[in-house]
Amino acid sequence: MSALTQYLNVYRDSAPRFDANSAPALNALRPAALSALESAGRLPDRTDEGFEKTSVEEMFAPDFGLNPDRVAIAADIAATFRCDVPNLSSLLGLVVNDRFVPSATLLKNLPQGVTVCSLRRAALEMPSLVEEFYGRLAPVGLPGVALNSLLLQDGVFIHVPAGVRLERPVQLVNIFSAEFPFMAPRRILLVAGRGSEVSVLKCDHSQRSDTHYLSSEVVEIFAGEDARVGWYDLEESSPATARYCQVFARQEARSALNACVATLSNGNTRNEFSVEVAGDGCETHLNGLAIGADGEHVDNNTRVRHSSCRSNSSQLFKYVLDGESTGAFEGEIEVCHGARFNEAYQSNRNILASISARMHSKPRLLIYNDDVKCSHGATTGQLDAKALFYMQARGIPLAEARRMLMQAFLMDVVDGIGLEPLRDRLRHMVERRFAGEAASCRSCAAARDCHAE
Amino acid sequence: MKDKDDIQKMPAERPGDIIGDVTEGEYKYGFVTDVETDVIPVGLSEEVVRLISQKKNEPEWLLEFRLKAYRHWLTLTPPKWGHLRMPDIDFQAISYYAAPGKKKVPGSLDEIDPEIRDTFNKLGIPLEEQKALSGMAVDAVMDSVSVKTTHREALAEKGIIFCSISEAVKDYPDLVKKYLGSVVSYKDNFYAALNSAVFSDGSFVYIPKGVRCPMELSTYFRINASGTGQFERTLIVADDDSYVSYLEGCTAPMRDENQLHAAIVEIVVEDRAEVKYSTVQNWYAGDAQGRGGVYNLVTKRGLCRGDYSKLSWTQVETGSAITWKYPSCVLAGRGATGEFYSVAVTRNYQQADTGTKMIHLAPDTRSTIVSKGISAGHSENSYRGLVKVTPAAEGARNYTQCDSLLLGSDCGAHTFPYIDVMNPSAIVEHEATTSKISEDQLFYCNQRGIPTEEAVGLIVNGYAKEVMNKLPMEFAVEAQRLLQITLEGSVG
Repeated sequence: MSALTQYLNVYRDSAPRFDANSAPALNALRPAALSALESAGRLPDRTDEGFEKTSVEEMFAPDFGLNPDRVAIAADIAATFRCDVPNLSSLLGLVVNDRFVPSATLLKNLPQGVTVCSLRRAALEMPSLVEEFYGRLAPVGLPGVALNSLLLQDGVFIHVPAGVRLERPVQLVNIFSAEFPFMAPRRILLVAGRGSEVSVLKCDHSQRSDTHYLSSEVVEIFAGEDARVGWYDLEESSPATARYCQVFARQEARSALNACVATLSNGNTRNEFSVEVAGDGCETHLNGLAIGADGEHVDNNTRVRHSSCRSNSSQLFKYVLDGESTGAFEGEIEVCHGARFNEAYQSNRNILASISARMHSKPRLLIYNDDVKCSHGATTGQLDAKALFYMQARGIPLAEARRMLMQAFLMDVVDGIGLEPLRDRLRHMVERRFAGEAASCRSCAAARDCHAE
Repeated sequence: MKDKDDIQKMPAERPGDIIGDVTEGEYKYGFVTDVETDVIPVGLSEEVVRLISQKKNEPEWLLEFRLKAYRHWLTLTPPKWGHLRMPDIDFQAISYYAAPGKKKVPGSLDEIDPEIRDTFNKLGIPLEEQKALSGMAVDAVMDSVSVKTTHREALAEKGIIFCSISEAVKDYPDLVKKYLGSVVSYKDNFYAALNSAVFSDGSFVYIPKGVRCPMELSTYFRINASGTGQFERTLIVADDDSYVSYLEGCTAPMRDENQLHAAIVEIVVEDRAEVKYSTVQNWYAGDAQGRGGVYNLVTKRGLCRGDYSKLSWTQVETGSAITWKYPSCVLAGRGATGEFYSVAVTRNYQQADTGTKMIHLAPDTRSTIVSKGISAGHSENSYRGLVKVTPAAEGARNYTQCDSLLLGSDCGAHTFPYIDVMNPSAIVEHEATTSKISEDQLFYCNQRGIPTEEAVGLIVNGYAKEVMNKLPMEFAVEAQRLLQITLEGSVG
């Protein structure tokens, strides 16, 4: 029996409860999602091309609790929230399981016209705006998206109107908080109007390290003409956490998207990116880093599709895998028929630091046009023995030399991040991660002033 | 003097004409030999498998092998993962056996049907005396039954066995029984199962210990009879410290309907032995509208079983409507080396999904992959390759380079590398680039008085040279010619 069945059964049993605690604009997608799932019959597993190393079936198989009635679940924010970024004055909001809780700073400092609020509220208060964008990029035909759309009740809605430049980044902190195995469908809808500028920093945490959590997250990013969008995603969860995150972005003419996903500690993670470069003259940077230890699993799957002309895209994904961790990377560049003068690059570099670590890499090019410059490269290896020897010869102990080289290896991904404080912070976190410390930091004052909405 | 604008326009305008020439170039080997053939009725069933076996007077164990494969095949469905648009093949509409009419095996060149001899002459096969003097031993395959093998005696002196599979089954049953299906099991994939059930003939090579084969061994395959598939099987065994270079070339006459070609090549390489396997493939590719052409669905694999053994695949692929093949190396001996060099050219509506698999099972194994794709017209050219390093493969090393060249704006070039590393001491590198012919290079050539057409030829030749250099001398000439014919009009 497919893992899907239990979710479909829960939904069929309590469909009215799902609808009642959500908004009509969100409910509208459920019938299509249900029929897509019924016809698929199962979730992707290792027999499906593109899922060779990550079985979504297995990820969703345990018996997770759902919260269709949206009973409030308290979260010990101070204990969980560990990713304060000094010198980064952000517009902070928490997402406890799937419930959005804005901070006082956020409510106070939001510029005129900018919306950062719960998706449900947005769908109730400005249904036409939400309907215009919700579900337009994430195809409900994909089982992951369909399941998310079927069970979704709330999320985060960020809307930056044309010409508005948001100076402070929006920071979303996803926290899992439940005493029992729990699944949260999460959704972010980010709309950047023509000529606007916005950066979003998202971090994932799990409150209890031994409780199984599953995050099913779908993100839709609309970058209007000349818009500049930053999307930074940090995962610092627990070994018992499974995460299936699908990001869909669409770029209009001359827009820029800088996206980075950093997996510092996790359980079983699958990230998918699908970027449609629809307008001419766009710029796209899609980067990622992953540090794997013990039995952690990180799978990044990217797809950049150029259907317009004169755009540049680059992808850089780096993995350092230790212990019995496994990594997978599958990246694709597609240049469509008639999409001329594009330059697209993709690089995947990996270090295996232990005998039982595994890496699976599948970079792909699909080119339907001759006027392009495209390349991809992938390497998997170990630390340079000569460099290690050089450092040891200068009195640096082996363990430290290794650590330094591994850090340096990941730094060009960190350097690609557009927010300087975050860059510094991430550098620091990577350092500490290699030092073997959990990247816990001081409880954040900003987090405490979050109010339930 | 032309003004600057004119000069800059030149390269942009001219390639259009060249591509027209390329895509409209006619197939030069399209002729049908009128030979009386012995064809069994279309369709596949257990009776047909038994009939094939009976017609070939095969021993019981081989019939059993075929039947097991056939029964397994019934449980399989054709693979769909290739980046190919392939209509469903009706396997019941194919005749699985076609042998030239004469049943008697010819003893000398004179006994060969003059028509067949003419066919081979048109293909330029060195079957004639004077050509045989060029030092090649040829096992010519025409529609399944091996017609004539030259130089057998010279090879026999050194203890080298080079004959058709059916002869080998009769004369060396122990060797065949030991190695047949040991590298490519009948359970391997859909087409391998089909081939194992109905294979008609092919070549068998055995190089004894310490023997260096004095000449290049060569087989020419040719699909002739209409509506017949060809399912040949090649088995090469190189014993300790031996060396052999094996050439396989194909040309097929023009046909309207698609023909199926599902071959298996198995190679076993023992301690310190070396096998070089070169292919020039020029099956009929279909016409400019994409009608007709051969489906080339081949399973090729070598097992480098011995320590420090070496297997090198070189291929020049210019033909076939659909190519689906991944010559692979299983590197099971310590320090074994696998190499793959490929040039694949597609034009008109040809589709190619080809590449290699390098499976590192033992310590210190090395592999190199150099793949060059050239696509023109409306064709689709994909590289698909696997590099797998298992936990035992300490110190394994792989280098992969795959480049694609696009001639024309309607073609596609794709790359699908699969890289699986399970050992931290392994170093695996993959690089791929895709681009069209650089306008700077064309301009540079033009500037020095080389017309665009010649310049394109020059650049393509230079681009493919790294692979062409790996071919044996005799073959390199033919491959060069084939590349010229394929890119007719663009190569000076």
